[in-house]
Parts: sequence; C-alpha cells; structure tokens
Amino acid sequence: MNEIAVVKSELEIRFPDAVRKDDREGFQGYIVEKESLVEVATALRDDFGYDYLTSVTGVDYIEEDILEAVYHFYRSTGGKELVLHVQTPRNNPVIPSLYKIFHGVDFQEREAWDLIGIKFEGHPDLRRILLWEGFNGHPLQKDWKEAFYVEEKKPFDNRWPEGKIQQIEELNKFGKNVRYPENFHDPESWKPEHEDLLYAGLLDLAEKTGSGLETDHVVINMGPQHPSTHGVFRMAVVVDGETITALKPVMGYLHRNHEKIGERNTYIQNIPYTDRLDYISSLSNNFGYAMAVEKLLGYTNEIPERAEYLRVIMAELTRISNHLWAIGFLLNDLGAYFTPSLYAIQERELILDIFEEVTGARMMNNYHRFGGVAKDILPDAMKKIENLVLDRLPRKVDELDKYLTKSELLQSRTEGVGVLTPEDAINMCAVGPVLRASGVPYDVRRADPYSIYDRFDFDVAVRYHGDTYDRYLIRMDEIHQSLRILQQALKDIPEGPILLRNPYNIKAPKGEAYGRVEGPKGELGFYIVSDGTSNPYRYHVRSPSFINLTGLEKMCVGQKVADVVVILGSIDIILGEVDR
Amino acid sequence: MYGKGILEGLLVTLKHFFGTFIDDIRKGRKRYMTDEGVEYRRSKDVKGIFTVQYPEERLPTPENFRFVPFLVYDEKEDGTNEIRCTSCGICAKVCPPQCIWIEQTTNPKTGRPVPEPVKFFIDIDICMNCGFCADFCPFDSIKMDHYYEMASFDRTKTNILDLTKLSKPASYHAEIHPIHFAREEEIRRVKEQKREERRLAKEQRLNKFKSE
Repeated sequence: MNEIAVVKSELEIRFPDAVRKDDREGFQGYIVEKESLVEVATALRDDFGYDYLTSVTGVDYIEEDILEAVYHFYRSTGGKELVLHVQTPRNNPVIPSLYKIFHGVDFQEREAWDLIGIKFEGHPDLRRILLWEGFNGHPLQKDWKEAFYVEEKKPFDNRWPEGKIQQIEELNKFGKNVRYPENFHDPESWKPEHEDLLYAGLLDLAEKTGSGLETDHVVINMGPQHPSTHGVFRMAVVVDGETITALKPVMGYLHRNHEKIGERNTYIQNIPYTDRLDYISSLSNNFGYAMAVEKLLGYTNEIPERAEYLRVIMAELTRISNHLWAIGFLLNDLGAYFTPSLYAIQERELILDIFEEVTGARMMNNYHRFGGVAKDILPDAMKKIENLVLDRLPRKVDELDKYLTKSELLQSRTEGVGVLTPEDAINMCAVGPVLRASGVPYDVRRADPYSIYDRFDFDVAVRYHGDTYDRYLIRMDEIHQSLRILQQALKDIPEGPILLRNPYNIKAPKGEAYGRVEGPKGELGFYIVSDGTSNPYRYHVRSPSFINLTGLEKMCVGQKVADVVVILGSIDIILGEVDR
Repeated sequence: MYGKGILEGLLVTLKHFFGTFIDDIRKGRKRYMTDEGVEYRRSKDVKGIFTVQYPEERLPTPENFRFVPFLVYDEKEDGTNEIRCTSCGICAKVCPPQCIWIEQTTNPKTGRPVPEPVKFFIDIDICMNCGFCADFCPFDSIKMDHYYEMASFDRTKTNILDLTKLSKPASYHAEIHPIHFAREEEIRRVKEQKREERRLAKEQRLNKFKSE
C-alpha cells in the first residue's frame, strides 16, 4: 500500500495541472484532464510500472452532465489497482484513445462507445461492437429506455399490492418494439455500411502483412453459425491461399445488455443474473459480484469463516469443471470427435451433481449472498466432495493426462500454433490461462489476494511458449493446483455460521467499488457505482472471455485456416460472457 | 518411439471400452433400471458407461433442488385449508425478473389489509428459478418445487399459475424437503412455546394483580 501512496504523490508532483485527487464521496484514484491522459498513461506504463490496464469502462453522470471513462491500472508483477477517471461533457463526449499504448483497450473502448457513447479519438476502428449499426442511441446512457420499458427501477410498483397480471407482450405489441435512428426508415432496403467498413479494414490489414507479391485475397466468414465458435460468434478472415492474413472477430449476437438489466435491478437481484454470464462457471461469477458489493458495503472483513471456505471450495470445483470442459472441447476442435470431451464431461457431471445437491441447481447456482453463502453443505454432499477430490478426480485427471498430453497428434497440431508473446499478452490485457501460458505468472489469487486465498499453499501455474499446447497444459496444471487447494480447504473447514445477515433489500453507501476474482477464464471484474439507493447506479462486467479475444488476431495471423478453430478453442470463450 | 503417445492414449480408450462390458457383467441386471444402479452410476467408483436413460430412469432429486415456486397451505383439523401467505409482498419485491403478481385486499369494515392474497400469479415463462422468494419469505409460505416436467403446447394458457395451481399442502412440502421442514417446524415450535410461556406469565401477573 505504501508503495502505491508513493506513486500517487509522485504522480501528483509530476502532473500538477492534469491530475487531481478524486475527492467525491467513496471514490478513489485520480481525475485526469483528458488532454493529458495519453501522457499520464504513458508515464504510468513506462516509469511507474503500471503496465497492465485491465479494465476500461464509462459511466453516465446525467445530473452533472458528464460522461466519465474509468481506467483500472495494475502492475503485472502484482499489487493493488490505480484508478483514473476522465471526464468529458455529455454533449461532446470525446476522450483520447489509449490504443497506441495499450492494445488491450481495443474492444473495451469500442464497447464504451457502443453502449455509453464516449468517442475515443485516435482509435483506428471505432465501430459498434455489441449492437448493430442501425441501433438508436447508446443504451447505457441514463435517459435511454428499452422497448419493454416498465419502470426506472425494480421492484416494479404494479406487482403488489394491486397485482393485475399481464404478459409482457400485451404491453408492447410485436413490431413496435424497435426504434431506428433518424434518417433510417426502411430496414429492408438498408445497406449495412459497417460490414463494408469491416471488410475494408480487413483488406487494409491484409495488404500490410502481404508478401509484396500481388495475390488475390479471399474473405471468409467463419460463423456466426459455425460449430467451432462454441456459440454465435463470427470471425471475418482474409486468407491468402490457406494462410490467414487478417482476422477480425464480430460479436454481439447474444447481446442482451446485462448491464442495463443490472442497473434496473436491486443489488441482490443481480446475483442470479451473473450466473448467466459465463454459464459454465456460475459460482465464480457469483463470487466476483458478491465481493464487489461487499467492498461497497464494507463487509469484506466480517464474512464468516465457514462461508469463506465454502466459497473457495465451490470456486475451485468450478475451476476444475470449467477446465475439464475447455480441454474436452479443445480436443473436439482438433477433430477428436467427442471421445476425449465425453471423458472430461463425465467428471464435470459428477461435480455438477454436487452443485445441485448444495446449491439447488446444476448450472444457475445463485449461491453467494452479500456476507456469506446461501446454503450450507450437508454431510452427505461433503462426503461426495471428499470422495471426488481425494479419490476420483486425481485418478481421472491423470488418466486424461496420459490419454492426451503425450499424444503426437495433439502435439503436432498445437505446438507452435497461435503464439502470444508475454509482451503482447500484457499489452493486450490477456488474463487467466492465456496470460499465464505466455510466461507471465499473474494470478489474481496471488497478485492481489482476496477472500482466504492467502492461506493456501499452491503454485501459480505458468508455461513459457505461449502456444496452444501450453494453453492446454496450463489448464491441466491448474486442475492439479485447484485439487491441492481443495484438499487443504476440506481439511481446515471450520464449523459455524455461513451468512452474516441477509436482508432482502440492501442500500449501499455512495461510492465505487471494483471487485475482481480469478475466474477459470481469468480476471473477472465487477465495477459498481452506487448512488446510495438500493439499485446500482452503474454496473459493469469486465469479462475475461471478451477481452481475451483482443489477442485473437495476433495469434491467428500467419496460421492456417484450420488452426483458427483450435486457437479460438484454446482461448476458451463463453459467448454468454463475451456478448453479455 | 514416434507414435508411442498415441498408442498409450488409445490404450486408455480401449480400457474404457472393455470397462463398460466388464462392469455390465459384474453388476448384472442391477446396473440398469434400478435405483441402486442409478446411484452406482453417479458414484466415485463407476467405470464404463454412466448415462442415465431418461425418462425410463431418473436421477434422484436432491432436497435443495429448486424449480418453480409453490404456495404452502396448512390442513387444519376441522378440514379447512389455511394458506400461509399473508400477501406481504416480499417475494414480489425481491423477484429478479418480477414474475410474481399479488393482489392484496383490505377489510372493508376496518380498512386494514387482509393477511391473505386475493389473487396470486406466477408467470413461469419469466421465472428464473433462483429461489429468492422461498429464501426471503418470512412465513415459510412459498417454497421451491421439485416438479420439473412441465412442457406444454401453449404457453399463453398454461404457464401463468394462479392461486389454485400454486397451492400445495404442507404435507407435500414435508415430503420433498424433509430436513428443511423439520428445521422450520422446530423453529416454529420454539416460537410457539415462547409465546405460550409469555401468555402464561402475563396471566399469572394479571391474577396476582387481581388478587392484590
């Protein structure tokens, strides 16, 4: 902490005019003048060691008539965050882009433009990313209202005490639920300009990376309906023969504006919605959200001991099940059709049985509460977990290891494919297994310990080649480390209460909080701004799948078309979380 | 030797392949279509194929399992049913997708709210089975069900559950949630006991006061 204080004061000394302390109630970090943002960010990266910009988002403060961009800087060697706020007037929201310094802001700035409407000057490809071009307005601005708008905030008044039931389609008949921008009349004859922009940008990139010899490029759209994409996701690819010369991911097909829903909800109502982000590892999502709100509420140090252990046990079981799933489907992508993945899924199934017994659902667990967890583990389920962790899983993971790791087929398809260098990985804000496979031993559980992870003895798995094979191996390593944590946790778990208090309506004090956990896919962060009421004023999810995709182009260029599928599989994306 | 890894890997598949047959022979008929067999196939020792042949076989539903909510009513000794719900509205307020609609009414004579819902709807098209309503209900009157086979041909007619469809007896709740039911009854018993004690103490005080 002291070190951060030193950095902060130095920052103030160095930029006396541009940087001032954020003294709003409950806020931290600095407010930076937008003219000198690039300068400050460069200094942070080069001189202060804050080389890892994980989260960029925006907030609409409609009453003060400003839009604000929020940056969370970290050091790739570990430590606490440094937060920068940049404000811009609402009628002309322009902020300089940090794309040139941190490539990882690429998608995040596009998202902030798309949803909040902050223009990032200098961003080379500032198109909408989650919504389509014919969309009217920027939905996260506070005065924007959705088609099936009922009320500003939940709970809705018409449910009680005069609850007259109506189905939502009665409110708004089909056909009248879309608003188009001005000068946009007929969607049938509309030509999607952004597609042209996309392809133009792609061919531009392709020419830059070409060999100089005049050749024809072919544009291929892989997806949105393509089995390799694990959902609805599109990769626009330019190929020269079979070699990729440029690639751009296109997403948003599963977009439901989770964040707007979250801002209408009360704090507690958001927990089941977070289950639906990364639906393979719901318990981690719950964990991250609960932590962020606990930071706001000031519960962080009061959580009962047993609840912390239950959280860790569940989070690590989730990690194992997620990695088994990821490994299984990576092999599917390689063409090993379903045998390895079913072997992996069988173990996951046994873990899901435990989740069902403990939390009540296999996938949509809704288990965490602010200040604890919802249900205790019954002795029966505890026995099952012990059986699994101490007996079956180590055995079965070793079997999977024996089956796959040494296989020459797997090695020849993955070694040296989709390499991401450590410098690029940090610069592109890669997180989780993708970052660690590139040789950066950064794990939030160690770098910025939360909950009770500082008590456990485990290693941060790291591999150094940064290729697809290492991203496969790192998941195997992490399963072993998770089993280690679980074995310690099961031994030490104390008896006692599991929940601090559980009111149905919580009012959070004014301020902001950023809670992050090391989810199975990487750093999962929740940025919450509270205005003192029972609904979050701003609720942002920093989703690892989404931001890990920034590196996809870098990994794919120069590879063959067939390898794109494998590289995407090795990043391990879940579209529920990418598109939110 | 090149190819050794593949061969070793293929031995694993071969082991799995024969494992199923060996397990079938060893376990005999008990392995399929029996509760014991289903339990075995989800235990830590299972080898070979582990699929549960739904709908012929079913996984046992754990007590904590939650699917759409139902309302609990107590069957009184005189044959009448008393619904536990007091239409306080906490479930409707905490429901994340806002799928609960409750109509409360007031007594026309006194103008006070009647502690009983006139109408109670749950739109199960929207319900996300989170279980908050059951979690936060202060009267143990709304609980999550175990009944999950509710596919239908027309959602507009069947998927809005009203009071009659939602109400289920306390005995059903006891049957599907034995542990929770016992705990709730214990809490209720203690509460009742305390109330009774307080009443007795008050009576005693009154008697004392009168006699003085």
